[in-house]
Amino acid sequence: MSVVYSRRLKKELHEIQIEQADPAKRAAGIQLLQAEDLKTWYFSLEVLGESLYKNEIFHLMVRFDTEYPFKSPAVQFVVSDKVKPPVHPHVYTNGHICASILGDDWSPTLSVMAICITIQSMLASCKKKELPEGNDDYVRTAPDNPKKTRFIYHDDTV
Amino acid sequence: MSSDYEFSDDEEYNEYDDYDDEEPMDVEDGSASSEEVDIGMDEVDDDDIKVGSEGKKTYEVDYAPLTHQQVKDLMVTDIEYISTIFGVDSYVAALLLRHLDWNKDRLTEKYMDNASSISIAAGVSPVPKPSYPVSDRSKRVTRSSKSSKRLGQSSSSEPFLCPICFDDTTTDTLALSCGHTFCTACWTIYTVSKIRDEGEHRILCMAENCGVVALDPFVYKVLSEDEDAAARYDELLVRNYVACNKNLKYCPFPSCDRSVSCPAASSRSALFTIVPTVSCGADPKHKFCFGCSIDGDHRPVLCAIAKMWLKKCRDDSETANWIKSNTKECSKCQSTIEKNGGCNHMTCKKCKYEFCWVCMGPWAEHGTAWYSCNRYDDQSGVEARDAQSRSRASLERYLHYYNRWANHEQSAKLSVELYMKTEKKMEEMQLTTDLTWIEVQFMKKAVDVVENCRTTLKWTYAMAYYLQNGNQKAMFEDNQRDLERAVEDLSELLEQPIESECIPVLRQKVTDKSVYVQKRNEILLEDTAKGYIEERWKWNDVVVDTL
Repeated sequence: MSVVYSRRLKKELHEIQIEQADPAKRAAGIQLLQAEDLKTWYFSLEVLGESLYKNEIFHLMVRFDTEYPFKSPAVQFVVSDKVKPPVHPHVYTNGHICASILGDDWSPTLSVMAICITIQSMLASCKKKELPEGNDDYVRTAPDNPKKTRFIYHDDTV
Repeated sequence: MSSDYEFSDDEEYNEYDDYDDEEPMDVEDGSASSEEVDIGMDEVDDDDIKVGSEGKKTYEVDYAPLTHQQVKDLMVTDIEYISTIFGVDSYVAALLLRHLDWNKDRLTEKYMDNASSISIAAGVSPVPKPSYPVSDRSKRVTRSSKSSKRLGQSSSSEPFLCPICFDDTTTDTLALSCGHTFCTACWTIYTVSKIRDEGEHRILCMAENCGVVALDPFVYKVLSEDEDAAARYDELLVRNYVACNKNLKYCPFPSCDRSVSCPAASSRSALFTIVPTVSCGADPKHKFCFGCSIDGDHRPVLCAIAKMWLKKCRDDSETANWIKSNTKECSKCQSTIEKNGGCNHMTCKKCKYEFCWVCMGPWAEHGTAWYSCNRYDDQSGVEARDAQSRSRASLERYLHYYNRWANHEQSAKLSVELYMKTEKKMEEMQLTTDLTWIEVQFMKKAVDVVENCRTTLKWTYAMAYYLQNGNQKAMFEDNQRDLERAVEDLSELLEQPIESECIPVLRQKVTDKSVYVQKRNEILLEDTAKGYIEERWKWNDVVVDTL
């Protein structure tokens, strides 16, 4: 299994690096910040054009285990002194994201880039900046790894 | 010797019928250790009351234990039925049935209504491709254009590149009816992880947003090198079938793969008249209630009432009741204070606050010599006292029943110890007398009887707690008393030290008493069971309000 995991991630990384070098191919607003190993990658994420998040830059942390791509990676926004997570009804203040693509709707044919783009479009289509319902309760009890949380995806509008 | 208190006779024990046979322990079932066979023996050495026979007691329920294979056979029957009337492949029929929770009628109706839409929903056939991508979907999976480019269906001129593992050397590929092709190795890893980690029997195509589900032969094919996972898949299918079928229930004992069929207890309303205690037949200990999830046998108490009682014992409503009826809080420091005597002039031990017990106001306002609070009119003072004594009485009543319930529970727990002690005594008897091992079994049998009847007795206290006072309750309590006395007598006999010269007398006594205890147990269970059917039992308001 780890053969699949490393070959697949190396290939994805390679593709991302080629794309990043070529402005024509690059997905606008998404930049690979750091991928020193095949465990944790960081991206910066920006919503270009008119949106509620204009001029805001967020950092995404993507963590893999050897079951990738059969299991989704653990994806969350970085919360630090420098960067804050977006205020969004599906993003908790600890950076955890409730998106079906990271859980039930994950498919091994999706990729890290596909996740970044999905999250970017989730932000772009947001109509009102507000925290998720029950944010405080969740953040108080949330596990370190968002994959340990069972999210219920009920809101398909944002 | 007759003992028909056990109804869970399994056929495989019937071979030990002959009690005095030279070789009674003809262990055929490899899974049964010799000890289990010993226990099994006392279930069969009698005028066998087979489930469903004429001699069925009112407190027993018709049921049939089923092995894993038997459930599978039932499943196949349903599948064949659908397969024949729809004219589809049996594996397709299986997917359709699983999709509609094995509801054959609903499936037939829906299939006749619109066969293609139900086939798509069940994952039998792929969603027909729209000419343009559906707009609201594309929002969530942007890039779908890119990924679908990478997805299977590569033209035959290029070598196959698995879109999951990026292996371009393999030629061993598989695809479901949707045509999304992946290498077999990826299919295997994916399927194993779905089955093992997620306990999922519905194996969806790996492509994103593809709703096609793998048919059984496909699953078994990709699992051909992982027998464990294939067996687990098999079990998941059976469990799904059992879970969907109201007449079936899986044996709750760990790692037991048997089920029980009990149509008599499948409806909620049936549980107001019967207590469906069943056994899967794998082991005499595998005895459970078909109607609820309470461990073991809770006869003669109905599921709902047994649950109510357990909840009452578990939560701290009675602790709260005690605090309410016996204490008040200091109005200054909120310490909980119990007044156990003396006058109404209270001084809080903690904060030294002086107050009046009746009105809870500061004592200083009561003047100098008033030892009865005159701030309340008589009426409300009397009412307050009444309320307190009522809650005190209710607490005492509860404790009366709870203590007896807990006592029998405790004794039942100690029965393991009693078993060991009895075994030693049996060995001793064998050495000191010319009785054979089979002939000293009467001791062990008596321990079983005691344990069994203690379980009944335990639950009778829960029942009595909820019964309304009256003639019926009095009669119930008479039966309870008779059983309790008999059980205690037998218990005492078993605890006695053994003197070799009086063993024949002891044997006679224990045997007689065991039979008597069983009879009493049966009388009690029979009477309560009949009472449910005749609607003879009148419950307290608590029960009436809840049910």
